Amino acid sequence: MNKLLVVLSVCYCALVTSVAHAALEIEISGGSAQQIPIAIVPFAQTSINGQDNLANIIAADLRRSGLFKALETGGVASRPSSLAQVKYGDWIALQAQALAVGNVEAIAGNRLKVSFELADVLKQSKLTGADYNIAPHQLRATAHKIADAIYQQLTGEAGIFASRIAYINKSKGRYALQVADADGANAQTVISSNEPIISPAWSPDGSKIAYVSFEKKKPIIFVQSLMTGQRITLASFKGNNSAPAWSPDGSKLAVVLTYAANSQVYIINADGTGLKQLTKSSAIDTEPTWSPDAKWVYFSSDRGGRPQIYKVSSIGGEAQRVTFEGGQNLSPRFSPDGKSLAMIRNDGGKFRVALQDLASGQVQLLSEGSQDESPSFAPNGRVILYATKIGGKGTLAAVSSDGRVKQRLSESGGDIREPAWGPLLN
Amino acid sequence: MNHKFFNQKLLGGLLIALVLTACKSTPMVDKPAAVEDKSPATAVPAKSTDANANTTPDTSAIKEVKIDTNANSGMNPLKDPNNILSKRNIYFDFDSDVVKAEFRPLIEAHAKYLLANGNAKLILQGNTDERGTREYNLSLGQRRSVSVKKSFNLLGVQDKQIETVSFGEEKATSNCTDDACYQGNRRVDVAYENE
Repeated sequence: MNKLLVVLSVCYCALVTSVAHAALEIEISGGSAQQIPIAIVPFAQTSINGQDNLANIIAADLRRSGLFKALETGGVASRPSSLAQVKYGDWIALQAQALAVGNVEAIAGNRLKVSFELADVLKQSKLTGADYNIAPHQLRATAHKIADAIYQQLTGEAGIFASRIAYINKSKGRYALQVADADGANAQTVISSNEPIISPAWSPDGSKIAYVSFEKKKPIIFVQSLMTGQRITLASFKGNNSAPAWSPDGSKLAVVLTYAANSQVYIINADGTGLKQLTKSSAIDTEPTWSPDAKWVYFSSDRGGRPQIYKVSSIGGEAQRVTFEGGQNLSPRFSPDGKSLAMIRNDGGKFRVALQDLASGQVQLLSEGSQDESPSFAPNGRVILYATKIGGKGTLAAVSSDGRVKQRLSESGGDIREPAWGPLLN
Repeated sequence: MNHKFFNQKLLGGLLIALVLTACKSTPMVDKPAAVEDKSPATAVPAKSTDANANTTPDTSAIKEVKIDTNANSGMNPLKDPNNILSKRNIYFDFDSDVVKAEFRPLIEAHAKYLLANGNAKLILQGNTDERGTREYNLSLGQRRSVSVKKSFNLLGVQDKQIETVSFGEEKATSNCTDDACYQGNRRVDVAYENE
């Protein structure tokens, strides 16, 4: 299994001009960011010696969100593993507002019991907690669930640490569609091929991935179950079959077909039946994406000369132009709340992630690369994952949707591209 | 080569192509979705038994599917390095889908082969350089393959023997720094089905 290395860096809010750069510091500087100081005590986990302490995984998750300051706990003498053992004075002295403790116990049937508790340090009271009865291989996933529970309790929003990401890893002439935890760990290969694979798209329930494979000398869309490996050929019509995009209820996909001419957007049932043409133009229409309310399909098209983003009712009709600024706008992707649109903007040959507020039309550039591609929202809308190039090598990067926190996920060896963030799986 | 004969044949082909174009209906190849079971369905879904257990599928154990297409074929004129039929690349100028005159002999040779071998099926694969998004480049590459297809049509080859597809930027040389490098990526590759 490959392990992606997570490299953190911080981008300062453009408005805070007085702050000097301090590379690789995890904390966000600038007055506007309110970070919650939290102490996460190393879990009592002698039963699983040699494993990464869950506290480290949880702290790394919370730090990456940019909303937490995970405090160094090494200087505190006490090591409580349950709230009953906590001396709150220790943590008040550390200026922690929240405190997480936990432990891992071996139980019958080669299983583990993981417990955690979260406390409000100032009120000296328990906020939440949970027990998990798990198989040993679910340890990291459980740490991510605990991080999600803490994140949700303290921010009021859903956490995304237990969600997963898909991407293509090109290595030694082979292409692998891989799925990893949101922190890049625990990568597993879904399909590998000596021909290209592009455009992975998660089904809304997270059980399947649609993708485009060139294994038959042309792009064909497959839908594959992650659990069984069984796949169906979703679209293998004459010409190209590409750009699969699931409808929000998972019953249909928008796809792009060419037959013998230019790319057009079609809609097809998730079992490959009921094909209908959605866009009709003599130009290129591609990269469809559904609005979260399923009423619209947004897509890129060069019907006006250079590629821009358009929308069409998902039941058909005239297309309307959505983007007017920028040399080219490509790869539209909706935020989960439907209020903004991430896209790739090309100005002067530099392809970057941009975010457009749909009500005001205002656009913010979020990335600084020159070949940034494939924006994909985290399921809580807080972060946009995208592909970039560093030193000529494909790698993944993420930016918070306010532009403030940046991360890079680089992998030794492979060329990583085409990220897609999976849904929340509770 | 008997030019007169060839031209007559081409003209005939062209007429057929016109007739076919005039009466062709919607060119959909409507295949039902085939279920392709790459692995015996023995995988037992790992049961999620944690505190938050619910009906969510546990996809933590992923079944891998492996594809390898590098298994085939014998010697034939299409592969003979001394035969023009082994030449498979048509290059384009920047931002252009116009087929340049220097590639006429290549296209004519393949057209002749297709006319002589009615069962042969050509796949024209458009390509672009790596600048821009992958899916958009897939569509741009398609324009080039359609442009080459039209050249074949003019030589009498019918659409049923040609499929136009695109690889977009997937076969592009990465990290080009000069136009000579980009130029190599702006091309249509000529391939045959089953080779």
